[in-house]
Amino acid sequence: MMCTTCGCGEGETSIEGHHHYHGHSHPLLDYGKGVAGGQVPGLSQARMIRIEQDILAKNDGYAAANRQWLASRGITALNLVSSPGSGKTTLLTRTLHDLQEEVPMAVIEGDQQTSVDAERIRATGARAVQINTGKGCHLDAHMVGHALTSLGPEAQSLLFIENVGNLVCPASFDLGEACRVVILSVTEGEDKPLKYPDMFAAAGLMLLNKIDLLPHLSFDVERCIDYARRINPGMQVLQVSAASGTGMQAWYRWLTDIRRPVVAGVAEPVTA
Amino acid sequence: MHEISLCESVVQVIEDQALAQGFRHVRLVKLEIGRLAGVEIEAMRFGFDAVTRDTIADGASLEIIEAPGTAWCPHCQQRVEVLQRYDACPSCGHAPLELTAGDEMRIVELEVE
Repeated sequence: MMCTTCGCGEGETSIEGHHHYHGHSHPLLDYGKGVAGGQVPGLSQARMIRIEQDILAKNDGYAAANRQWLASRGITALNLVSSPGSGKTTLLTRTLHDLQEEVPMAVIEGDQQTSVDAERIRATGARAVQINTGKGCHLDAHMVGHALTSLGPEAQSLLFIENVGNLVCPASFDLGEACRVVILSVTEGEDKPLKYPDMFAAAGLMLLNKIDLLPHLSFDVERCIDYARRINPGMQVLQVSAASGTGMQAWYRWLTDIRRPVVAGVAEPVTA
Repeated sequence: MHEISLCESVVQVIEDQALAQGFRHVRLVKLEIGRLAGVEIEAMRFGFDAVTRDTIADGASLEIIEAPGTAWCPHCQQRVEVLQRYDACPSCGHAPLELTAGDEMRIVELEVE
């Protein structure tokens, strides 16, 4: 799809259903065809060239292609980021279970190893594909592009991209999502937004999860929200418990709201 | 360690440039990294040597210009320097400030042959 000159071949990443994560090679560097197409006197002389290019330009290009691919099908993609153990997968399985009658949904699962999470997701009946990043600490837009073709999410669906549990590395990588959702559980420190500001700075929503455990903890909800807003004043915050179901209705309303304009943008489902 | 991925991205950009501008080898790579970009400069240096091995930038030196973080204070109506994303205005204490620079990650210049 969007993989014309991609630089993959790191060999560590795999997508379920693919034996290898694209072994395609880099474009051949044909040094015989220089600027003037041949033997240019002085070509071997050192020279400075200005580039002024963003380091993540490639990733951003893939992200833009993903975004266009998704928009043309009326699919709303959310990039879910958090520390390991914040309850992302539990939150997702509950969401899939509760909304499956109303909304078509699919999941891209990112983990370093195993397809345990994708299996948990598929047990709800939802379509899911696992990306194993190997040693990689985050998903990038290129991997997600491949996962999209392999998953084939339904037109007008809601696509959850569960990033690798890590509050640092995924921050810089746009995947082409409509919105980044950061999940923080109350069993973590309330100062996480200050410790990992980059992740919170680019999120549209923070879900404060496991609030059913608050009576047993000294977690200060107000302080945590204050910290989060210092980093990102416009960020919405919802308090939920994926285990008990508290607050989940507000999350479902948020999903409905974010989906509405995307679905409206595509009047007729695109046939794949 | 997303710095490894960043270094891989740098190599990709260089390889594209090699095709477009016709050079065989890179001697120097000059990057500009903002202080608020979430990049560990030391990890970047370490990653660069490892990732560039056997590429067109094998053995190239890496120069990193660290760009300061700046923000606009709506209260003082001036641009101020910040060390972290959530810093309050150093002159009036106002927060939040509007970040104006410091999260960039750019390849600025290459010395090639």
